[in-house]
Amino acid sequence: MAVIFQRPNALKDVSMHYCPGCTHGIAHRLVAEVLDELGIEGKTVGISSVGCSYNSYDYFSCDMIQAPHGRAPAVATGVKRCKPDCVVFTYQGDGDLAAIGTAEIVHAAARGENITVIFINNTIYGMTSGQMAPTTLLNQFTTTTPYGRIAELHGFPINVCEMLATLQGPTYIERASLHDVKHIKKAKEAIKKAFKVQLAKLGFSLVELLSTCPTNWGLSPVESMTRIEKEMIPQYPIGVFKGENLEV
Amino acid sequence: MGRKLLMRGNEAIAEAAIRAGCLYYFGYPITPQTEIAHYMARKLPKAGGVFLQAESEVAAINMVYGAGSTGARVMTSSSSPGISLKQEGLSYLAGAQVPAVVVNIMRAGPGLGGIQPSQSDYFQACKGGGHGDYRQIVLAPSSVQELYELTVEAFNLADKYRIVVMILGDGILGQMMEVVEFRDEEPVEHYEKPWAVTGHGNNRKQNIITSIHLDPAVLEKMNRELQKKYELIKQKECRYELYRHEEAELFIVAYGTVARIAKSVIEIARREGIKVGLIRPITLWPFPAEAFDKVMDMAKAFLTVEMSSGQMIEDVLLAVNGRRRVYFHGRMGGMVPVRDDILEIIRRMYDEHVRKG
Ligand code: SF4
Repeated sequence: MAVIFQRPNALKDVSMHYCPGCTHGIAHRLVAEVLDELGIEGKTVGISSVGCSYNSYDYFSCDMIQAPHGRAPAVATGVKRCKPDCVVFTYQGDGDLAAIGTAEIVHAAARGENITVIFINNTIYGMTSGQMAPTTLLNQFTTTTPYGRIAELHGFPINVCEMLATLQGPTYIERASLHDVKHIKKAKEAIKKAFKVQLAKLGFSLVELLSTCPTNWGLSPVESMTRIEKEMIPQYPIGVFKGENLEV
Repeated sequence: MGRKLLMRGNEAIAEAAIRAGCLYYFGYPITPQTEIAHYMARKLPKAGGVFLQAESEVAAINMVYGAGSTGARVMTSSSSPGISLKQEGLSYLAGAQVPAVVVNIMRAGPGLGGIQPSQSDYFQACKGGGHGDYRQIVLAPSSVQELYELTVEAFNLADKYRIVVMILGDGILGQMMEVVEFRDEEPVEHYEKPWAVTGHGNNRKQNIITSIHLDPAVLEKMNRELQKKYELIKQKECRYELYRHEEAELFIVAYGTVARIAKSVIEIARREGIKVGLIRPITLWPFPAEAFDKVMDMAKAFLTVEMSSGQMIEDVLLAVNGRRRVYFHGRMGGMVPVRDDILEIIRRMYDEHVRKG
């Protein structure tokens, strides 16, 4: 009997610790499928960061490094400069990438560092229990914005893709969403393209994935998916911000 | 021995690193060590390596973390305020046991302080400026020749123990020019690095470089293993110089540039009939306590001289352990201890402990 669906090789046969309805699992699976399809697991070094996915090294089966908070792009730079033939990706949340690690991501992008960044945006700090992130929407309630995020007090959300796309360095930047099957398929295409850009040595690629955090949003998994569509996409429009016509 | 060259201290470090097989340098400019970066920027591309000016010291040390994780010999250098920024990375490197060489050419602090020489980062270097129970080997050269030799040594030690080795110099050493006599061949030791992340090629198990262990029992075990390694280093790697210690009755304890000043003090004191010797720690961590045991029978008192408010003196006091009196003389803010001041103290110590004795 032909196997039509199975666990990707690049994903270990272990159960994940993510909360029910959390899209980290989907994002992991997509990355792993792409590593499989491109046949690159054996030459890939992944960099996990700080946050709920800190231990994604327990899930991906390629070589992995656990990086300090926000520093994954710098760690990836060190790896890539020593091992240009390795495929190097970082897996970072919004607190990691858009707050404490802003300098690292901006400069890795500006250098056109030949790495791939998987950026999980769920508008909140998950692991530390629901504080405001740079991506938190206006009026969104978090444990540190108990009256909602107010621009005058807390500043505005950061649109990472749009910001990085103003730089000359990056080659490919796309925002995708994980809220339904159609978008998940598109997200996978984006991830695959991002890795292909790296394989072709074309430079920096980043895919932002609009993701859920049912636990800290206080929503059911289904409501969370709806929230992405109804509330997040208006602030974070999906699409390609750099490298639209790029053929890889 | 091979070629002799007149070199600046910072350049000798850079040249030694390349000779030791370090092809990767990540750093951020700060006085008084920037010549290391200049030298690397010129030489590494030609040697087939990579020089990268990072966006910050924080980024630089994390690039080192990534590079070291692949098993490459890698170096960064900075000066005091920059090293403070690198402390986060140093703690992670220690936790994940990634070898690297870090140079600190100290300037005066605290804060932005000044660019003049100092030894006021001793605590930070030797007691762990970053968080957690960790150590790093700290080497303290006192000449340009030694900067060269100890830099090569630093890479060997880093790989041997999977540890960060810090070269701790001061602004004078970094800036001064002296003749360096190069070896024809460097004593580069090669260590297998089966732990490195290089892509497993589907023919070995996954390698993971990490310092996080949320289970306290696992984390304690990891800490115990680290401590065991540190114990081994303490037993095997203490280095020091005893200078004019024959029949010495008083001892100066000093490292780096200050040790050179101490040597000229000793010459004058000896001419006056005052028998002074020098203990010069070359490894500041592990601190060479055994040097004190060696001279304790003849020593009547010790004088620690530092370009700080008194940091190494705490290790001296532990080594002496109440057996003798320990005096201190220190200058701060980029001021350098002068020969005559030290001589004056030695004369007073002589009156107190030898003449009256
Ligand atoms: S806290 Fe949020 S982001 Fe973290 S695993 Fe749970 S749902 Fe996912």
